[in-house]
Amino acid sequence: MTVPLIEARQMTKVLPGIVPVTLVHDVDLIIQPREFVAITGPSGSGKSSLLYLLGLLDVPTSGDVLINGRSTTRMSEEERAYVRLAQLGFVFQFHFLLPEFSITENVALPMRALGRLSPRAIMARAEDLLASLGLGDHLRKNPDQLSGGQRQRVAVARALANDPPVILADEPTGSLDSVSTGQVFDILRALVEQRGKTVVAVTHDLDLARRMHRQIELLDGRLTKDERRVVDPAQQG
Amino acid sequence: MTLVLSMAWTHVRHRARQTLVAVAGVMTGVGFSVMMAAMMEGSQDDFIKTLVDALPHISITDELREPTRQPADALYAAAEFHGLTPDVRRPGIKNPMATIASLRSWVPGALTPSVQSKAVLRFAGRNLTTSIIGIDPRTEAEVSNLATHMKQGTLNSLYRESNALLLGDRLANKIGARINSNITLASANGATMNATVVGLFHTGFRATDETTGFVLLKTAQILERQTGIINEIRIRTSDPMQARLISERIGEQTGYKSISWQEAQEDLLSAITLRNVLMYTIVGAILLVASFGTYNIISTITHEKTRDIAILKSLGFGNGTIRRIFIVEALLVGLVGSALGCVLGYLMTRGLASLEFKTPFSDYNHLPVLYSASHYLLASAVALASSFIAGYFPARGAARLHPVDIIRGAT
Ligand SMILES: Nc1ncnc2c1ncn2[C@@H]1O[C@H](COP(=O)(O)OP(=O)(O)OP(=O)(O)O)[C@@H](O)[C@H]1O
Ligand SMILES: [Mg+2]
Repeated sequence: MTVPLIEARQMTKVLPGIVPVTLVHDVDLIIQPREFVAITGPSGSGKSSLLYLLGLLDVPTSGDVLINGRSTTRMSEEERAYVRLAQLGFVFQFHFLLPEFSITENVALPMRALGRLSPRAIMARAEDLLASLGLGDHLRKNPDQLSGGQRQRVAVARALANDPPVILADEPTGSLDSVSTGQVFDILRALVEQRGKTVVAVTHDLDLARRMHRQIELLDGRLTKDERRVVDPAQQG
Repeated sequence: MTLVLSMAWTHVRHRARQTLVAVAGVMTGVGFSVMMAAMMEGSQDDFIKTLVDALPHISITDELREPTRQPADALYAAAEFHGLTPDVRRPGIKNPMATIASLRSWVPGALTPSVQSKAVLRFAGRNLTTSIIGIDPRTEAEVSNLATHMKQGTLNSLYRESNALLLGDRLANKIGARINSNITLASANGATMNATVVGLFHTGFRATDETTGFVLLKTAQILERQTGIINEIRIRTSDPMQARLISERIGEQTGYKSISWQEAQEDLLSAITLRNVLMYTIVGAILLVASFGTYNIISTITHEKTRDIAILKSLGFGNGTIRRIFIVEALLVGLVGSALGCVLGYLMTRGLASLEFKTPFSDYNHLPVLYSASHYLLASAVALASSFIAGYFPARGAARLHPVDIIRGAT
């Protein structure tokens, strides 16, 4: 069996305080390459917290998170940042683009930080990514000149910049209308089915969750359901 | 680095007004520091130069280095005597010509003898106490710049008449004397003589111009009623900075009190040192205050940009990169401010140097300034260092932000 892309082992996150808050409780989870995973659950159940832990934005209080089989809890802050840069891509509910840069520059940022490509190759790749997401006509625009759905596609392009195997998305369609939601969802699915990426997305939309390959449900920070389904191609439209 | 630079540049560019205020702060700080340094060092240099020029570098006087032991002290081992009449010592340097000749053999520079005398000057019913100095016109010109300060007549005019006198122009004005005026001199020893004014000088030092007259050695000796007396030998050393050392050797060799210009002006020189300490303190404070503006803008940017910082960190930017972005911003402010400050400082120095002033001690009517690259470098270096510090603390705070807190808060 292949090494799991992401593996959580008895992962618990407790916020200290007078009344300590448990965000995630004793979660064991394995995410394999080419999975398309939905994380669902009621508001406040710890979905975002789980995603931050899996994406190394946060450190568990106990337990461990392994990326490609490597333990990350004992890594330094800088090492975890490097893993995020090279191996993980994030998409949040709000696009979180830098307002002072054009969308092409926004997509170029992670590549420039990684520094593996020449400046020209970086710009070319950023433009290709944006064009492949239907934004080829807007390359020079700043984020505030685009619609919500377009911005979210820019965010996806930026998450893909360093070609990471995993995209972690926190309610990527949460603030979009139904048309834009459909577009962004199709893009995410294509990433899995055509480009062989792994996508883990938090969603409130159970309809969308049903169209994904695996659904994880949380309640009060605990895993309550983890089911895989064979998706009926007819249902995908 | 280009990534850090472009992020930093974008941040400051989008806050043009605040950035300009911070830049203006650094600019003013550097500008005024440069100007102050130019003015302080300029006047100090000018002052020392005037001093070194106007005063003998070394002056040997007939005072002994130690008070003379009274014969009674030498004879009896008593703690104290009462009612003794002290032994009178003949004033003046003994064997002056031999002493001068022996000093000439090794002292690098020129020597000239003089006789110091005090006399009451009487003219047109006015009495003024004056310093009458007997000089040797042939060697005087090598030691002092009296010759260059002659307004009327020359040093050699002293040979023209039997009791020839050179007067300070202010003194002459005061009593209304002119060339060829006949003046009566009366010394403390009771000698009186008629002297003729043969020249006027203007040294630029009020005290000298108002109270001094120059005569020949011989004339002064008659006034002092001591033939052959010399009570001061003045020396102009080839290198003024060596004066102190040479003076010590002369003191050891002759036993007379020998004072270099540095010793004579010790109080002034230590006042200059104090002035410099003060100046650097003020300049440092100016630059420190200027860096408050930089601190202000950088911490404002880090506060406005917490969301962006969280985004960058979530993308995988390291703490060091984040910190560098804001430090570079502060350095940009410091660098541009320093560059403009140097220009401002230069222009202000130029402006200051062109202003006309009247000072009570001398009549130099332009403020002396000193242009020195080190002023510009030092002010810029201090400005950059304080910009770095001003940027470092907000930058460190920014790098320590926990992205999850901000991302949660923003959704
Ligand atoms: N800093 C904090 N201090 C106290 N409680 C917190 C903090 N951060 C999160 N929580 C709580 O932890 C729980 C889990 O939060 P989390 O954001 O992971 O939930 P979620 O499932 O993503 O909710 P939603 O669907 O509303 O986004 C919530 O009850 C939340 O109120
Ligand atoms: Mg959430």
